[in-house]
Amino acid sequence: MYLEIKNNQTVNKADIPIDSFKNIKKDLDFKKMRVVQFFVNPENGKNRLYCVFTGNESTKRLFVVSCYVENSFESITPINLALHLFEREIYENFEIKPIGHPWIKPVRKQDNYEFLKSDDMQTHEVAVGPVHAGIIESGHFRFLCNSERINHLEVQLGYQHRGAEKMLKIAPSIQLAESICGDSTIAYALTFAHAIESLSNIKVDKKSEIIRLIALELERIAIHIGDLGGIAEDIAYKIGSAVFGVTRTLVINTMQEICGNRFGKGLIKIDGVNFDIDTKIGEKILSMLDEVQKRVDKMMKAMNNNTSVLSRLEKTAIVSIKHAKEIGMVGMAARACNVKIDARKFDDENFEILTTGGGDVHSRFYIRYVEIKQSKKIIENLLEKLEGEINLERQFVNLAPNSFVTSITESWRGELAHTVITDEKGNIETYKIKDPSFNNWLGLAIANRNGQISNFPVCNKSFNLSYCGFDL
Amino acid sequence: MMRFLLLLILPFLFTGLINKTKALVSGRKGASVFQPYFDFIKLLKKGIVISETTSFIFQIAPSINLACMILAGLLLCVFHFEGDFILFAYVLALGKFFTVIGAMDTGSSFEGMGASREVSYTSLVEPAFFIIISSICAIGHVYSFDSLFKILSFNHMTWVLIVILSVVALFLMILVEGSRTPVDDPTTHLELTMIHEVMVLDNSGVDLGFIFYANALKMLIFTTLIASILTPHSLWGYMVVLFIIAVLIGIIESITARLRLTHIIEYTFILITLALMVMALALLTMYETGAKGRKYDYFSNLPCATSPSFSVAKARRLPVAVHLLTSETDTTAKLGKAVFSSYAGVSSGGMI
Repeated sequence: MYLEIKNNQTVNKADIPIDSFKNIKKDLDFKKMRVVQFFVNPENGKNRLYCVFTGNESTKRLFVVSCYVENSFESITPINLALHLFEREIYENFEIKPIGHPWIKPVRKQDNYEFLKSDDMQTHEVAVGPVHAGIIESGHFRFLCNSERINHLEVQLGYQHRGAEKMLKIAPSIQLAESICGDSTIAYALTFAHAIESLSNIKVDKKSEIIRLIALELERIAIHIGDLGGIAEDIAYKIGSAVFGVTRTLVINTMQEICGNRFGKGLIKIDGVNFDIDTKIGEKILSMLDEVQKRVDKMMKAMNNNTSVLSRLEKTAIVSIKHAKEIGMVGMAARACNVKIDARKFDDENFEILTTGGGDVHSRFYIRYVEIKQSKKIIENLLEKLEGEINLERQFVNLAPNSFVTSITESWRGELAHTVITDEKGNIETYKIKDPSFNNWLGLAIANRNGQISNFPVCNKSFNLSYCGFDL
Repeated sequence: MMRFLLLLILPFLFTGLINKTKALVSGRKGASVFQPYFDFIKLLKKGIVISETTSFIFQIAPSINLACMILAGLLLCVFHFEGDFILFAYVLALGKFFTVIGAMDTGSSFEGMGASREVSYTSLVEPAFFIIISSICAIGHVYSFDSLFKILSFNHMTWVLIVILSVVALFLMILVEGSRTPVDDPTTHLELTMIHEVMVLDNSGVDLGFIFYANALKMLIFTTLIASILTPHSLWGYMVVLFIIAVLIGIIESITARLRLTHIIEYTFILITLALMVMALALLTMYETGAKGRKYDYFSNLPCATSPSFSVAKARRLPVAVHLLTSETDTTAKLGKAVFSSYAGVSSGGMI
């Protein structure tokens, strides 16, 4: 028993079926279903557990179901590993214990937690972070190593917890939403705007919607090129990092011409966009994309023909397709393991999901190139459709009471989901964010198991997961 | 003496040249070639932060390392005596030993990792150095650097081969000892991939300046060795060789990625293979020299306590003897061909 919903569709809370926990558990086998949101919302003195889930691969159907839970529930993690973090988060926030959970470790708190240890005399610990060199965000990595080989990697995050969900609940604003994760500014702002617009029944004009999508794809291209450069830098291929660095600047400078900010801050507002793309800027975007494509093609060709580069990237830090499905990886990292998951499918049925196989660093490197080409085509199609004027009039934001909406966007990293629940007065009761990194951090740990510790940095870069998106 | 002075002054110009080349190749303007000097002066003016967990070893290690490098430079350019190259190698090793125990002294897991890597890779380089130098010495029955450079000449195929192989091997050695790409990445900020840089993470101020200086000096010492083999007398030749090698290192760093740590072993094996080829050529030359009537004479001239100091006469006679011999037989030429083809095989296999 569950309710089928659409992406960005507002439904009444009362319409969401309340099932028994046992039935929900039956539905959530990882072979059939993939979890998008799994969280507890206290309602009228009771804890109501909501679960938003979707089919396994290349599907556009979304379902929601709920149930009431007391002080504890039977853990689903043993049959669906993807839920392990969601359950730990519920335990951390509400002290509702998932019974039978194999590893109830804090998600964002650090107090009194002891890392996994090994009694083996040959195993030694290497602790990296939470303070890193350069501009890396804070996160702690604990390696259990046998000389150069990693036996186990434990990732500890939460150092940047700012209470973003709580702040959005008290004072929701687009400025706040787009500042949560700096490299996915557009994606966060867009998801927030979609959720709020759906709740207050605001219709966005067609041109604004197209401009938003163009910005989203521009962000994807920019960050992907930056990451290609980052991977080249980490394997000490200096010329690659220099070329990709310069090319990325072309893209983010175009973004600056559109909205005045290189990362697209201030572009999206609740009922549309703040800045128009006229034919002049449209032509600039097109010529910039051609130039970018030319440079990226040339550098990718050089790197793919360089044996020293390939020797570092190929067969490094592999995530098998089986593991990727089992731990519920999403987005670009999952598509690099040949798993067809893309949230853009929710909005466009004809969207073609591109994948690369292998699951090693090279396939995560190559999927970025493939997606840059795909995004370029998408932008070119969208630019042709641009016509008319954008609506700059402000519309009144009035959230519908007792409602539930899940808004999903494919950020460059993967599936970003915001779920908003309102109370009877039309105030936000719960604002729940699930960053794609939330699904993928375990993938990083799996990829490095039995790998060389000196390959960890390039593997980390190939995932390029968000610390602040996880910590919130 | 002039060379030694240049050796003391030029190390930072050498690294500056490498950095400038890298910048130009990747399309940037880059810092001035004198930037490393400014950095060094800046570091000398700074205070030192010393971890509470360290002992006096940590504090003396950078100075001892630098002293060792300067002594090695002296041995190479100024003071020559029998067996100086053995002292030279071990003085370099002593400097490395102190860097390593200085790193271990901090108790950091990073630095322990770096120390273990540095020792495992550079220990494979040392035998290659000895094989090459002692092979050349054995041909000419000379036992010191200055006489060694004197006997090298380009008037015969065998010598040309020996010189080329030695220079290539010594060049590969610079990349290992100076921790340059493809063995190590000197500019990375990623502690887990570092070899040399990670050992000096805790050093600061004057000590760090000394470490930078010593490392640049070490690269320049090996470059000087190459230059002395190629152009033993000309100072201008020395400068040209220095310039070419710096530019070459810069280009290599720009267009190759770093090797996987597990593949560095294979890289050092290339080096050892080259050294063994030099030895094979040397043995052949000595055998053929001996075959001309004095077949077993060679053994009485082995470097031992009873052997007299090097004989200039023998050293001069040698190339002529080789020439006479190989005009009668083409064994050396054949061997040279075999050496080159096997080297090509090893290097392409190893690099991939």
